[in-house]
Amino acid sequence: MKEQRTSVVRHKKKESPGSRIFDVCNVIFMCSLMLVILIPLIHVVSASFSNPAAYVRHEGLMLHPVEFSLEAYKAVAKNKNILTGYANTIFIVVVGTSLSVFMTIVAAYCLSRRNVMWNNFLMMAIVFSMYFSGGMIPFYLVVKAVGLNNSIWALIIPPAVSTYNLIIMRTAMASVPESMEESAKLDGANHWTILWSIMVPLVKPTIAVICLFYAVTQWNSWFNAMLFIRDKSGYPLQLVLREILLQNDTTSMSAGADDYLISETIQYATIVVATLPILTIYPFVQKYFVKGIMIGAVKG
Amino acid sequence: MKRNRKERREYMVNGKNLTFKERVVRDFHRNWMLYLMMLPIIVYYLIFKFGPMFGLSIAFMDYKPAKGFTGSSWAGLKHFKNFFTNYYFGRLLKNTVRISVFSLLTFPAPLILALLINELKGKMFAKWVQTITYIPHFISTVVICGIIVKLTSSTGGITMILHSLFGIPQETLLNHKEYFIPIYILSDLWQTVGWNSIIYLAAISGIDQELYDAARVDGAGRLAQVIYITIPCLLPTIIIQLILKMGKIFDVGYEKIMLLYNPGIYDTADVINTYVYRKGLIDAQYSYSAAVGLFNSLVCFILVTVTNKLTKKISGTGLW
Repeated sequence: MKEQRTSVVRHKKKESPGSRIFDVCNVIFMCSLMLVILIPLIHVVSASFSNPAAYVRHEGLMLHPVEFSLEAYKAVAKNKNILTGYANTIFIVVVGTSLSVFMTIVAAYCLSRRNVMWNNFLMMAIVFSMYFSGGMIPFYLVVKAVGLNNSIWALIIPPAVSTYNLIIMRTAMASVPESMEESAKLDGANHWTILWSIMVPLVKPTIAVICLFYAVTQWNSWFNAMLFIRDKSGYPLQLVLREILLQNDTTSMSAGADDYLISETIQYATIVVATLPILTIYPFVQKYFVKGIMIGAVKG
Repeated sequence: MKRNRKERREYMVNGKNLTFKERVVRDFHRNWMLYLMMLPIIVYYLIFKFGPMFGLSIAFMDYKPAKGFTGSSWAGLKHFKNFFTNYYFGRLLKNTVRISVFSLLTFPAPLILALLINELKGKMFAKWVQTITYIPHFISTVVICGIIVKLTSSTGGITMILHSLFGIPQETLLNHKEYFIPIYILSDLWQTVGWNSIIYLAAISGIDQELYDAARVDGAGRLAQVIYITIPCLLPTIIIQLILKMGKIFDVGYEKIMLLYNPGIYDTADVINTYVYRKGLIDAQYSYSAAVGLFNSLVCFILVTVTNKLTKKISGTGLW
């Protein structure tokens, strides 16, 4: 903010010196910000490609690999847990997101209809659940009571509908003019047909957005898995990562005397393997995310 | 509620004098298909969103899993009393509030970033800044915490830099209780500042350009334009963000804390939610931890409601 204050413009002229100084400072600030964001990431990638022994000798942040080596990646490739974790997570993301989006679309359609006596009441209850929740323990007991404990469905069904996404979807559907469905109604189409043949094509961009929101939430989630999943074979990727990264469990990957040396670079390689897919998709879907944020903002 | 003319007439003719029961019957007759479609969602909400709310009644019981929900005896406010008189109560409350307040202090950062990006002359450069600052948002919490732990370990890069700059000892920073909050807050800022600025950038792009033109004619400089046009136009967005943030105050990112903390730094890192997790799910004291959780939920709910009321009074903008 300091730079900004110095830029109090003496009017008349288009570019005062203060304004130009501010511009220069601004660009310098932005460049350093980008560096601060990127350097830790560059360090992670560099370390993962480094020779384990050379990495341990190295001090501080790494801006390029030291003694390029793929040893860590070879060790990661041998790890079965990462593979099953990936498989579980992909299953959860695909099935979970489909279920979530389906339920959200149907609910949003029904709740956005006019002249339905209980809609206001239902909407109030739903919004209330967004601001007041039972909390961790009762949630855990409910999921257990339903019989989902230690099942992959415990990660799919209980978090299926997000009220926030439901509200975004409902707003989008409510803003579709009634005249669009009128002719279909006259032809005797019922709600189910109207929803899938008229409404859904009209709100496709919003559907894309909530698809992404659900998918990212599922991809990142690990807490529910920690609560409900007992068998290691059922662990989603994030929980496997937690064991490797935060509980330092790299024993399944390294064997022999070099354990200590290689475990460090293994952790970095794991980070890269687990994050790269998302980061490669990211530039292509970025604009949808931005759109989604804006929809949410307008709704407030 | 909007009605078209035909329906309005029908409502006027038939609807006004109907009893409640008759209206329910007529509504169901007309909309049964919608209710049928909604049934799975209603059931879902009843079980997974309202179920836990009713489940909170175990906070007033001595819930034993073996005896079940109906077989357990009532305990009144025992668990609440235990919590409020607990040795750790003060510490938990202090940590929760402290972490929240510090993260609330970072609230203006995305706004400032958005304003600065908006002032950038090169549009291409601005795009790059945005794309790069959004990246950390796409990295999962677990991986972020993994990176934090690596970089702040005794040989980690951040520890090294701080060692050479300020001479702090070369030790694992997360084992020192005084470093936990800075690490938590700064890493959060690192991860979210770019992403949270989107909302402001979107709002800025929605501001009418004519306002700026008029101001320029009146001789307003760039700073004056920001102060008198951009910020007032952003106010509703800022307020809504603030209310949402207030609601989360007591809901501090316990997932991240759980990934980062260790018993050695509970003094500054243990918050109500992490305590609930340990008491409830590790020690299996369900009733006690449900009581603690209920306290937390209530405070959250009150905070959102009060902030909403206040901002509505002051500025006319609110969530509801």
